[in-house]
Amino acid sequence: MTSEMRSLRGKVAIVGIGETTYYKHGQSPEPEFKLALMAILAAAEDAGIDPRDIDSFASYSNDRNDPSRLAAALGTQELRLSNMQWGGGGGGGAAAVGNAAAAIVTGQADIVVVYRALAQGQFQRFGRAAAGGTVAGDNALINPYGIFVPAQRYALKFMRYMHEHGIGREAMRAIAMASYHHAQSNPRAVMHGRPLTEEMYDASRWIAEPYRLFDCCQENDGAAALILVAAERAKDFRHKPAYVLAVAQGSDHRNAARSFNAPDFASSSFGPVAPHLWEMAKLGPEDVDVLQSYENFTGGVLMSMVEHGFFEPEQANEFLTLDNLLVPAGKLPLNTSGGNLAECYMHGLELQIEAVRQIRGQSTAQVPDAHVGCVIAGPMVTPVSTMIVGSQETL
Amino acid sequence: MTYLPAGLPAPVTETDRLDLPYWEGTRQGVLKVQRCGACNTWQWGPEWLCHHCRSWDMRWVAVEGRGRIWTWTRCWHPVHPALRNHGPYIAVLVELPHAGNVRMLGNLLGDPRQEVTIGAPVVAVFEPHDDTAAPYTLVQWRIERSAI
Repeated sequence: MTSEMRSLRGKVAIVGIGETTYYKHGQSPEPEFKLALMAILAAAEDAGIDPRDIDSFASYSNDRNDPSRLAAALGTQELRLSNMQWGGGGGGGAAAVGNAAAAIVTGQADIVVVYRALAQGQFQRFGRAAAGGTVAGDNALINPYGIFVPAQRYALKFMRYMHEHGIGREAMRAIAMASYHHAQSNPRAVMHGRPLTEEMYDASRWIAEPYRLFDCCQENDGAAALILVAAERAKDFRHKPAYVLAVAQGSDHRNAARSFNAPDFASSSFGPVAPHLWEMAKLGPEDVDVLQSYENFTGGVLMSMVEHGFFEPEQANEFLTLDNLLVPAGKLPLNTSGGNLAECYMHGLELQIEAVRQIRGQSTAQVPDAHVGCVIAGPMVTPVSTMIVGSQETL
Repeated sequence: MTYLPAGLPAPVTETDRLDLPYWEGTRQGVLKVQRCGACNTWQWGPEWLCHHCRSWDMRWVAVEGRGRIWTWTRCWHPVHPALRNHGPYIAVLVELPHAGNVRMLGNLLGDPRQEVTIGAPVVAVFEPHDDTAAPYTLVQWRIERSAI
């Protein structure tokens, strides 16, 4: 049992959100460090604070933008927490918020910015392998067979899952189409003005079976930032606060066993993680008004939703219809900004921001009366993380 | 003739030599995985201690190169420069029922557009790569016709 003392529920609020313009990969006119600064300044402006008062920094996925340099650049009065969540990919997006919140609750930080910046023109792309050379360790057992990038590695997981549970392609298509649908009302979305039809999805080229092009996230340039403070100060800022109700991170038993030997390999890695989330939040999947679920690949979203208890694997085909996933009337509106597929692949931090917008009532695809939002960070990696935000009424 | 074109990264033994017996074995046409000397647990990929009983007594055991397809993918998008204009290829994750169901990755030899069935029996094929600075041998798989 998580005791009251050992819970984040309602103790921290997100009071500022900031983003740069989102670009296709390699197209940012600005270098990555400058993008990070721009997003942090935008979040400070949104919160209505002096950016020099941000005293702490938290990020994930080996972000290259060192808090000490950021603090020097921003003129930070006093640097306190500098936190990096282990693990690559977008798995740490919610954990970074949790780490920041834990630092606030335990007196190690007062105003924390959670941030992520990516400029893949300046640095290497995720979806392309470097040429030549040698590989050792786990990669020596994988790369010589032509398996390099996440699309291929995570195709292996979902191919097995589809086999075990009879998952149909229509369920994957509905996930992709929900993101594209919501992006059409979001002018920030890179795929705004580029709707996706069933025919386009069905005709799209294979990347790595069972994933077609539209099952796979974009790669983008940009930056995003969130500002967190203790709940007792939350009303001193410009916008309606979004309270952190729960965060959980981790992965299942021996998830990183080499050569794809995780016992529960065909999973999103949330099996033992999601129960911690619901316990801390004192809520269940039936209480969620709106879901942001990280789409590296559509199959990962499906498995994440199952492992969070939104439905059983055998119900996936029935639950995952486009109508069920759309604002305003769907059973569980999904990825309401367009998500990684159609808004921007900001390693999922754009999903945290969208969850805050929903609680504020400021989304471009607003769920009426949204009080509880769930944000599932990057699935299938290790460790993964997940969180719940809520309005004042949920406290 | 190798299944995939030349130019993909060459596997080398780890600097700590943890996996040296595996790569030495494949050069000789022998497939080796780890087995715990204390509790007999099979283990793959290699690690310094037994995940089941924490014994350091990990031994390298030759196993028969047979298994069944546990999952697979057919890759179409060329993510590496050496794969440009190559066309699709199949990777299979094979489980070895006679070695504690450990899994290992390889390519499925034959027509890259063939239908692939989870559970299909496969046999190991050793694929030497001799024309490199540090020659190595990969373990590939083909469908075991006699078992069908």
